[in-house]
Amino acid sequence: MEEEKKLTPRERLKIPPQPMPEQDPKERIGNVDEVPYGYDEELARTEAMRCLQCKNAPCIAACPVEIDIPAFIKFIVDGKYREAINKIKETNILPAVCGRVCPQEEQCQRTCIVGKSRKSIDEAVQIGKLERFAADWEMKQGEAEVPDVKPPTGKRVAIVGSGPAGLTVAADVRREGHEVTMFEALHKPGGVLIYGIPEFRLPKRIVMREVENLERMGVKLERNKVIGKLYTIDELLEDEGYDAVFVGTGAGLPLFMRIPGENLNGVYSANEYLTRANLMQAYSFPETDTPIALVKNVAVFGGGNVAMDSARTALRLGAENVYLVYRRSRIEMPARIEEVHHAEEEGVQLCLLQNPTRIIGDKNGWVNAVECIKMELGEPDASGRRRPVPIKDSEFTIDVDACIVAIGNASNPLVPDTTPDLETNRWGNIIADDETMKTNKRGVFAGGDIVLGAATVILAMGQGRTAAAAINEYLKTDEW
Amino acid sequence: MIGMSKILEKEFITPEVFRMKIDAPDIARKRKAGQFIILRTCDEGERIPLTIADADADEGWLELVVQVVGKTTKFFSRLEVGDSICDLVGPLGRPTHIERYGNVVVIGGGIGIAPSHPIAGAMKAAGNKVISILGGRTKDLVIMEDKMKAASDQIVITTDDGSYGMKGLVTDALQKLIDNGVNVDLVVAIGPPIMMKFVSLLTKKYEIPTLVSLNTIMVDGTGMCGACRVTVGGETKFVCVDGPEFDGHKVDFDEMMMRQRMYVEQEKESMERHCPHNH
Repeated sequence: MEEEKKLTPRERLKIPPQPMPEQDPKERIGNVDEVPYGYDEELARTEAMRCLQCKNAPCIAACPVEIDIPAFIKFIVDGKYREAINKIKETNILPAVCGRVCPQEEQCQRTCIVGKSRKSIDEAVQIGKLERFAADWEMKQGEAEVPDVKPPTGKRVAIVGSGPAGLTVAADVRREGHEVTMFEALHKPGGVLIYGIPEFRLPKRIVMREVENLERMGVKLERNKVIGKLYTIDELLEDEGYDAVFVGTGAGLPLFMRIPGENLNGVYSANEYLTRANLMQAYSFPETDTPIALVKNVAVFGGGNVAMDSARTALRLGAENVYLVYRRSRIEMPARIEEVHHAEEEGVQLCLLQNPTRIIGDKNGWVNAVECIKMELGEPDASGRRRPVPIKDSEFTIDVDACIVAIGNASNPLVPDTTPDLETNRWGNIIADDETMKTNKRGVFAGGDIVLGAATVILAMGQGRTAAAAINEYLKTDEW
Repeated sequence: MIGMSKILEKEFITPEVFRMKIDAPDIARKRKAGQFIILRTCDEGERIPLTIADADADEGWLELVVQVVGKTTKFFSRLEVGDSICDLVGPLGRPTHIERYGNVVVIGGGIGIAPSHPIAGAMKAAGNKVISILGGRTKDLVIMEDKMKAASDQIVITTDDGSYGMKGLVTDALQKLIDNGVNVDLVVAIGPPIMMKFVSLLTKKYEIPTLVSLNTIMVDGTGMCGACRVTVGGETKFVCVDGPEFDGHKVDFDEMMMRQRMYVEQEKESMERHCPHNH
């Protein structure tokens, strides 16, 4: 790639963003395989050449784990893929995951000078796609290199929850030579990466591989162990001999809308629907034992990524009509644009400025319709988004056989309820210091959705990194 | 800390009901009366909740009493002593609130006798006078009589067909106690939903506080999914983290029974496919 060096910034800016090849929408709703295929080497290197290698690199500061983005991209340009992935892994242990599910358009890519010059965030350097390329390249080489682990320190750390936050803490704390045990409540590790995000967006083998890499580093994994029930946090510290505990139990308790008919058969929380489909593999029923409603008409309530995942899962489970009912308009949707785009491409019908008011059942207690009301946007509310206001007497019904409620989660009570001296806010989230993720309780750190409320994988990982640094410091100095 | 969840003992109490003693020292040490476990019997298996019938913290085992009702329980019944259970997690749910109430009537219907056993024992240990009513359709379905006798001050047995004990329903036995002037301070009822519903209707009439233990469909059992939700006093509650015990006077049993039928068709399909000889 000699000629690459000669490219001027102007020439680089002329290269259009390289699209990632994808499965055809009509075909992909008949399977659960991943939708985008990933870049090949040529696409990746062309895309990488678009990077201006800015000296001040605003993208780095915009990344919650501060990956040295220009450096890894430069390695891709030079065809040094091993160096590229190692550069990413200096700060991010889950590049194959983050390359797929991070909202890059709100983070690194938002600040990209290329996007700014081309006057569209969509035309920024496709950092996420390049990250995925580097991670996928490494997977194709066989087993990943196990990061160096320092000699044993004799200190022991318990990690509660094996989702994105917990996995990150496990890696960073283990590297320092501490003994690490990860407690997972479910029978499979990975948290939301396993039970929540669907296979077609994040293949589970990727998550399992990352967990196996941690185990190869010496991290112990205890599945089927519910902390707060089997052991309390105090018991981990006092009886089980752990020197520090990280609580990364996730968001956990699904919210419902408190409208009539919500307990009818066929009404699911998105958590339940996705858990049945992903973790329990209900899409293979009856080969697998866990059932799920296989129906023709499905309504999903909500406008976030989880709503999109639910809607797209319903299509793959054979639904003919999937209505995504959202009370605001398209621009207020919290979901990533890419996810909305994928959902629409696959045939999800967006019902904007509508809100469910009542779910109606048949004589057997099954859903057969949902009554909605039309909404209009009023004055901005506390979130800065215009508040949706119902339009009087505009109710109408949609015939559906299942409803999926995807309006978010409250915090899970199991750890706070059994750790009375642990401070929580009025929503039940654990209060932790931003700089260290320390809670008010000595030796106990927390991060991810149990602190943030429902947020993203990468923000949880960012808090995990912060917590790990503080845990390592605490174990070294014994200063709280 | 790692329990292999090995099966230590297995016995069929009736052709459809079996008792299993499982090696699970950490759960046995921690569990309290009223709590449950969730298990999977194989890698493709579903997660089912089962209330703990007995446990020994020192010996490190817990006991489950299971009725074969579908594919998972059928497969479970085919496991033998020495086999391991694929996944076993617990203890889950809130323990029964045990205190000295006075006279406590513990009602166990059918398979519900098993989970009522540790509660009867704990109530007695707390200084209550425990009268247990054990009900079954027929003699064979009245299980654990000796254990319940040991955990109670008095025991009454009812069968629908009169093949053993008093002919009639558990509610008839309870009515009789009340009519005989027994001052009942608390009723704990565990059994089929329809039984718990009618016990609650009866005790409401006499304003006797009543606890029922609900066994709903669950997936994770930690509050994450909401599959187990029930309406209690007009509010939606999760059986896994808010229960499994609730005020029987406030539970919407009709809704609960409707929700338990959610997957009836698929449960049949799964049974036909995996256990064809059963039909």
